[in-house]
Amino acid sequence: MAVLVIADRDGDTVRDTTHKTVTAALALSGDVDVLVLGDGAKAAAAAAAKIKGVRKVLSADSPALGHQLAEAVAATVVGLAAGYDAILSPATTDGKNFMPRIAAALDVAPISDIIEVVSTDTFVRPIYAGNALETVQSSDGKKVITVRPTAFTAAEEGGSAAIEAAKVVDAGRGASFVSEEMVKSDRPELGAAKIVVSGGRALGSAEEFHAVMDPLADKLGAAVGASRAAVDAGYAPNDYQVGQTGKVVAPALYIAIGISGAIQHLAGMKDSKIIVAINKDPDAPIFQVADFGIVADYKVAVPELMTALG
Amino acid sequence: MKVLVPVKRVIDYNVKARVKSDQTGVDLANVKMSMNPFDEIAVEEAVRLRDGKEHHAAGTATEIVVVSIGVTQAQETIRTALAMGADRGILIQSDADLEPLAVAKLLKAVVDEEKPDLVLLGKQSIDGDNNAVGQMLAALLDWPQATFAGKLVIADGTATVTREVDGGLQTLAAPLPAVVTVDLRLNTPRYASLPNIMKAKKKEIAVKAVADYGVDVADRLKVLKVTEPPKRSAGIKVADAAELVSKLKTAGVL
Ligand SMILES: Cc1cc2nc3c(=O)[nH]c(=O)nc-3n(C[C@H](O)[C@H](O)[C@H](O)COP(=O)(O)OP(=O)(O)OC[C@H]3O[C@@H](n4cnc5c(N)ncnc54)[C@H](O)[C@@H]3O)c2cc1C
Ligand SMILES: Nc1ncnc2c1ncn2[C@@H]1O[C@H](COP(=O)(O)O)[C@@H](O)[C@H]1O
Repeated sequence: MAVLVIADRDGDTVRDTTHKTVTAALALSGDVDVLVLGDGAKAAAAAAAKIKGVRKVLSADSPALGHQLAEAVAATVVGLAAGYDAILSPATTDGKNFMPRIAAALDVAPISDIIEVVSTDTFVRPIYAGNALETVQSSDGKKVITVRPTAFTAAEEGGSAAIEAAKVVDAGRGASFVSEEMVKSDRPELGAAKIVVSGGRALGSAEEFHAVMDPLADKLGAAVGASRAAVDAGYAPNDYQVGQTGKVVAPALYIAIGISGAIQHLAGMKDSKIIVAINKDPDAPIFQVADFGIVADYKVAVPELMTALG
Repeated sequence: MKVLVPVKRVIDYNVKARVKSDQTGVDLANVKMSMNPFDEIAVEEAVRLRDGKEHHAAGTATEIVVVSIGVTQAQETIRTALAMGADRGILIQSDADLEPLAVAKLLKAVVDEEKPDLVLLGKQSIDGDNNAVGQMLAALLDWPQATFAGKLVIADGTATVTREVDGGLQTLAAPLPAVVTVDLRLNTPRYASLPNIMKAKKKEIAVKAVADYGVDVADRLKVLKVTEPPKRSAGIKVADAAELVSKLKTAGVL
């Protein structure tokens, strides 16, 4: 069987979500190709070729693919699908956007957000905000799967796969790109960070959120996350939301500050190795999953933590 | 402009799902069910498009049709949408929990009949966490899609959608007819007022059967089992930050 992994491209390179998806693909088959789509995708294709275990890299290079728009990506991937038994992508917002479109075009049931490959047709995925794990067996000839990156280790570097140009197929009628507003940060990416510090509604304002969270994150080399309540209130950008319907993270250390621990929030962080909670309410549900809890006002506890970290 | 809003009846978001001991699924007996929260956001946006609010001019939408595929009780979900302001409803009755592909095929058949200019769906149902139906419907219709909408502007036959994506926000222009899926920040759904709940009782709900649409709804996925995730046990409370830092050093994460 042959597997196609759609790379998560980051300019001239590929994100480690791609390496993790390659690991999931290698659990299905030894014949794993990686598709790099974009406008000027060559450098990223070269980066993908260095992932160990990859058989071949396909580079789909076209201005039409510049923003990974679903219509264009789906048309090109469907054009390549005949050569593959499974198509995998990380469950990023891009992957979630185009993979179901690809699946429907191929008349296949998509399998979202898998956390385990049981066999070539059987997969485990969380449902109900991670409160249940579903093991599903697919009867489709082709599998179309998104992979939860935090559930797989990254494939190593050290490969030297050949790179081929892939045929780009015109999408016809679709949405067009207007603009984007990306959050600039020198901190590690939320999904990939070893330490994440997250703030909740308790922070009370955007100014306070940044005044409290940023220095702590900088001291720890951490990424910053937030609860939905903090994002809804405008304390933090949407991209920071951790949870069932935001980002899923599983760092070595997760520090929740002024977050109650609703099931939707826990869904996004409960696989972290160590969880720390700072909350003034001793009965906050977050303490039920926290390895270490401090019952205190964050206004006292966070400055003390800064001092204790030296 | 006619708007179609698919709404799903799901476990209430406040309820923690419990896995059945025989591992066949999640126990939904005597569990509170509600409209999928994202679908409430979609209904709210459609009503604002019709009645006018913020940047939406009144009359942008002229008719709002809601459709639900599910058990008889999904009529209650449709009634909730009608009480929020939708004009009429369609229930496609199914006791089976249909997969996103089957749902998308049925919705395509409804679109072929109703010919809406815009289909507004939730980005994700909070039971299956699929995040798939909208994108699949767009593929089957060969329509443009704009998922995870945090802002929607309709003008000159185009939906301009600001999407919540990894890294920030992306704005797309989708010529109508189009499929848009909604995210949390699009709006805050209203509570239906008592008079509107009364009015909704008189609105029409057409009850259909899956067989009426002649599409293949066979399952492609077989659920072998549903299990509980590994449990995390509560840890300890520490007295202060100094103790915390020493524990974290011992644990090797600092
Ligand atoms: C469809 C849907 C999807 C959702 N998706 C997500 C998601 O992906 N991610 C997510 O996070 N949520 C999500 N939610 C929202 C979720 O249900 C909760 O509402 C949200 O997580 C609460 O955020 P919070 O913990 O910051 O706020 P609150 O629940 O208000 O908690 C604030 C906490 O701060 C504590 N506190 C207050 N003051 C202080 C102080 N001075 N010092 C220390 N502690 C203090 C309080 O004791 C309290 O525990 C979703 C909800 C729905 C319906
Ligand atoms: N059974 C259903 N009936 C009506 N709409 C549905 C149904 N299932 C899913 N949807 C719609 O599709 C969206 C995405 O669902 P899903 O792909 O299952 O996560 C939901 O928010 C609804 O708008």
